[in-house]
Amino acid sequence: MNSIWNRRGFLKKTTLATMAGVLGANIVFAKRMPKGVIPVGLSKQNLEEILPGKHPDLIILNNKPWNVQVPPHLLDDATTPGDKMFIRNNGIPPEEVNLDNWTLEIDGESVMNSKSYSLKELKTKFKQYSYHLTLECGGNGRAGYNPPASGNQWTEGAVSCGKWTGVRLKDVLQDAGIKADAVYMGYHAADNHLSGDESKEPISRGVPMAKALEDESLIAWALNDSDIPLMNGYPLRLVFGGWPASASGKWLERISIRNKEHDGAKMTGTSYRVPKYPVAPGQKVPLEDFKIIESMPVKSLITQPKTGAMIRKGEILNIGGHAWAGDLEVKNVSYSIDFGATWQNCELEAPVNRLAWQQWHAEVSFAKEGYYEVWAKATDINGTAQPMVIPGWNPKGYLNNSCHRIAVKITDS
Amino acid sequence: MSSAMRKIGAFLFVVLAFLACRTNQPIKNNTLDHGEKDAESGLFLDNDMLLVKGQCTGCHSAKLISMNRFTREGWKEKITWMQQTQNLWDLGEAEPAILDYLAKYYAPEGKASRRANLENIEWYPLNLP
Repeated sequence: MNSIWNRRGFLKKTTLATMAGVLGANIVFAKRMPKGVIPVGLSKQNLEEILPGKHPDLIILNNKPWNVQVPPHLLDDATTPGDKMFIRNNGIPPEEVNLDNWTLEIDGESVMNSKSYSLKELKTKFKQYSYHLTLECGGNGRAGYNPPASGNQWTEGAVSCGKWTGVRLKDVLQDAGIKADAVYMGYHAADNHLSGDESKEPISRGVPMAKALEDESLIAWALNDSDIPLMNGYPLRLVFGGWPASASGKWLERISIRNKEHDGAKMTGTSYRVPKYPVAPGQKVPLEDFKIIESMPVKSLITQPKTGAMIRKGEILNIGGHAWAGDLEVKNVSYSIDFGATWQNCELEAPVNRLAWQQWHAEVSFAKEGYYEVWAKATDINGTAQPMVIPGWNPKGYLNNSCHRIAVKITDS
Repeated sequence: MSSAMRKIGAFLFVVLAFLACRTNQPIKNNTLDHGEKDAESGLFLDNDMLLVKGQCTGCHSAKLISMNRFTREGWKEKITWMQQTQNLWDLGEAEPAILDYLAKYYAPEGKASRRANLENIEWYPLNLP
């Protein structure tokens, strides 16, 4: 494991040596460097040395815990590569991963027989499946809300669609046996609480049994036919396409089949929950009026070109990106270059499989020179479209699926 | 026309002209909590509040201040405009203190409720095939 942090959240000696090499000087008072702080000169260009296997142009929102988003133009691939997959950690990833000793336990009130599987057993005992699955953080877009909602201020880039390989969760749960009173599954993982309190789990969420038993719900060990990047859950994780990515537990060690709604860390209170009814911006909402977010709303991204493109009058601009709609398929994507006054349809591809995002393209011409914004709007198969303005405010700033916008300038010659 | 009516007419002209030339920054009512307000004017209490009240509310209501949000530069533009067109006098040594006060308590609140302008765009020539 290449984490630069030791178990207590301090920088490892080897990391300090790397930093000293990069900065060209020893770091004074390195031993006393506070938890999670990185020297200024290291912030971006050396991201790869801090986050092995991640693209240097990713945007760090938080480094303890790591929360890193991806600029939209870097998400242009139909299948998101591991180096361009966002990171949303709630705790500190495990420092040591021993593949030989790693086990997955199945337990809970509603399991018939508690079981334990080694990684090798999982890979040999059950049939393997691969699916392209869209994972988006429930708080993606939070920065757009006013009054500001607390939390990581994600803009657009907390979304991905990788090719995940593993075994079906239902095959494993059914091997252990599911009692008739099963309601929910909850995960337990090897990451550590930020406080260092080993009795606390940083996050322990899950999904209702109906979602758990879908064909595409995976216990995965590979992303794009390689090991999962360590910040994305190496060596084992859950993947539930279309639901808040926090349901897809990373560094997976244990699954509990519950006879009630799972009550682990960040399942209760206001975490990953929204009011049951529309509320005014800034309104106080009683705790009992919150509901758990399940399927994510319809959304799209413009990944081509990068915002800020300047082209000459008369040139045709190719635009494109992805669209997704939680558990649903996207039926239409359209674009506007006049601030939403008129819309033109885009070409839209079918998903590779259920719960995969879909690619869209269009050729755009501009009548005259000037400043333009290209807006994209997706509509799901039920006819629900993305709003052009920020959607209904909610206390924790979840589910902002407003249209993505890029700036384009048309020059005279 | 009586002197009183002329005064009222001049007052209305100032207010309307000011409103017409206002920049298009949004009017916000959900002001940040800057503490106690002057009961008479509604301006936030501060060592320089009386200075602002004295210099600015002779011609127009304090509400014309409190319903607007500008940067220090924006407020300077308003003062200059009033001096050029509305007979506002030279504020002299009081001007920096007034601008500091306005920029402190009546600054743009930074975020649009529904969509903000696209900002920090790094323009680049896109070479098409």
